[in-house]
Amino acid sequence: MKSLDELNKIREEALKRVTLRQSDAQYRIMIGMATCGIAAGARPVLKAFMDAIDKDKLPCIVQQTGCIGMCIHEPIVEIIDQAGTKTTYLDVNVARAKEIIDRHLKHHEVIPEYTYILK
Amino acid sequence: MERTHVLICAGTGCTSSRSLELVKRFEEDIKFKELDKEIKVIKTGCFGLCQKGPIVAIYPDKVFYSHVALSDVDEIVSEHLYKGRPVKRLEITDIDENTKEQIFEFEKIRFYAKQKRIALRNCGLINPEDITEYIALDGYQALGKVLTTMTPQQVIDEVKRSGLRGRGGGGFPTGNKWQFAANQVNDQKYVICNADEGDPGAFMDRSILEGDPHSVLEAMAIAGYAIGSNHGYIYIRAEYPIAVERLKIAIGQAKEYGLLGENILSSGFSFNVEIRLGAGAFVCGEETALIASIEGKRGMPKVKPPFPAVKGVWGKPTIINNVETFANVAPIINQGADWFSAIGTEKSKGTKVFALGGKIVNTGLVEVPMGTTLREVIYEIGGGCPNMKNFKAVQTGGPSGGCLTEAHLDTQIDFDNLVALGSMMGSGGMIVLDEDNCMVDVARFYMDFIVDESCGKCSPCRIGTKRMLEMLTDICEGRGTLETLDKLEQLAIHVKDSSLCGLGQTAPNPVLSTLKHFRNEYSAHVVDKKCPAKVCKSLLDYSIDKEICKKCGLCAKGCPTTAITGTLGKVPYEIDPAKCIRCGACVTNCPFGAIIRA
Repeated sequence: MKSLDELNKIREEALKRVTLRQSDAQYRIMIGMATCGIAAGARPVLKAFMDAIDKDKLPCIVQQTGCIGMCIHEPIVEIIDQAGTKTTYLDVNVARAKEIIDRHLKHHEVIPEYTYILK
Repeated sequence: MERTHVLICAGTGCTSSRSLELVKRFEEDIKFKELDKEIKVIKTGCFGLCQKGPIVAIYPDKVFYSHVALSDVDEIVSEHLYKGRPVKRLEITDIDENTKEQIFEFEKIRFYAKQKRIALRNCGLINPEDITEYIALDGYQALGKVLTTMTPQQVIDEVKRSGLRGRGGGGFPTGNKWQFAANQVNDQKYVICNADEGDPGAFMDRSILEGDPHSVLEAMAIAGYAIGSNHGYIYIRAEYPIAVERLKIAIGQAKEYGLLGENILSSGFSFNVEIRLGAGAFVCGEETALIASIEGKRGMPKVKPPFPAVKGVWGKPTIINNVETFANVAPIINQGADWFSAIGTEKSKGTKVFALGGKIVNTGLVEVPMGTTLREVIYEIGGGCPNMKNFKAVQTGGPSGGCLTEAHLDTQIDFDNLVALGSMMGSGGMIVLDEDNCMVDVARFYMDFIVDESCGKCSPCRIGTKRMLEMLTDICEGRGTLETLDKLEQLAIHVKDSSLCGLGQTAPNPVLSTLKHFRNEYSAHVVDKKCPAKVCKSLLDYSIDKEICKKCGLCAKGCPTTAITGTLGKVPYEIDPAKCIRCGACVTNCPFGAIIRA
């Protein structure tokens, strides 16, 4: 390494690997991964979110959560912003996940037709 | 892409409770469930809550598991990592004092809530064997800032303004020390990191080196730039193998990245670091003895002046700073002297790491702002004494410090307050004693340590401490008189006043402070020939309560000296004090609690 710029470059590269451990993520994405969620196809949804975050370098973290009792609407994805406002998307599949990534995570727009909003 | 990090403590405490096997088991299990692309297992430094080790932390969920056994791994992986259901029974929790509700967030549990981590900022958060993780969390930014935008004098001024004082025990202002060395004109100067942590019960320097070695290397390079030195030594004891290993890895990586070595960041400044292993002599923590040891001579102190800043290792100007002091330097440069000096008390700035040990619920490593009271550290963070026992005293500063009592608990911890009370902050050992500890015995323990560790160069320390130990042993074994106490006190003052180095000058502190605060316990030993805490064996009398005795004979069976006589089922048993060696075996053997110890 020969300059401060190079140090900063390494820092940015490495920061992506440790953001998980810091709490300044823009959105937390909670995916219901109980038996019901997994059976309804939550894992491909989880993968879709993770791939998108990785590819587009979104400042978001993915977490798994258990069953919240609405098994009929699984896979359920909750998106929590920094203020703690929670948006709950029901019956998410990979196609819907892509739409959520595009509209909600990138353009900060809630998609009402898939939601159930809790304050 | 990784979605979850499993952080497993690989500090000395957790390693000895087999955390490295946990790492392996987690990796195997995660691989088996085909989660290895999204979940990463990382070895970190100390989380501080050593009592509850091995500790496993799951991020970003911020779930802390304690006492994790190999058999728990499968449950954590399949329940938490796969299905997202934290394993509640293993989580570290606390009860909210106001709402009486259970708290799961680790930042809110009392052990962490009162802490402020500067020196330990990365311990338990990053992998100490991976320089990029340190760089990610602003590592080497301070060095970069110093080399590109600051003059050496500006660096020294910033450290001076921050009010940082030496964390190794002396409390000397770090900036002034650097200034003295910078003022010397010489072709070669040296920077030494004192990692010869010798106080019984202190392990903060070890944990910093194990958990965040780069923070020390970065600060040494900054110090080198400030005083005009291109070479550093880390003097560390060979009995810290994990710390030595991680330091070696860290030095290797820093060189590879060009953050140590020649012409760092094209600034023209070069700095190299060498590790020197010590053999674990307490006196080598004293700076002149440490220098002698680095030079390959016997570790003995020299008369000061000349101070090391003028004439140190190889006769060249040298600064010696403690590990924790160095760990504070990069944050001061990055966030500014004003930020640092806003923390703490008027004359003691910043935070201090304490190694909590002894009779305390949460044994471990805590970092609190200066000015926190002893009560907050011992009761709120430490959780008080276990088993409903009463607090008796707290020993601070190791063999150089003293014991403080209940009456001092509301004292704000800083360099000067503790010295005024006859103790000292020292390197930060804090050993809590409860009603079952005999203060004379504690004083004897420390004196025994000092007698072993005295280098023998000056007679007050070599002979004086030995005589003090003999007197303390006499008191503990019932041969002491009131006159012994007076002699002991006098001798302690003489040793304090006339010893050559810090070791001897502070060695009488445990005796003087216990004599001052616990004189009644000493009197009980020499006048009544009783040990109130029932520790000193020679002063104990064993007898059997005839009313409670069921004549079962178990006590007699276990007695190694056949001091107990009686007849099974007929005659109650009795102890012959002349034969009794006061081993206490009968107390353990009696199922009915009939043995009286007084």
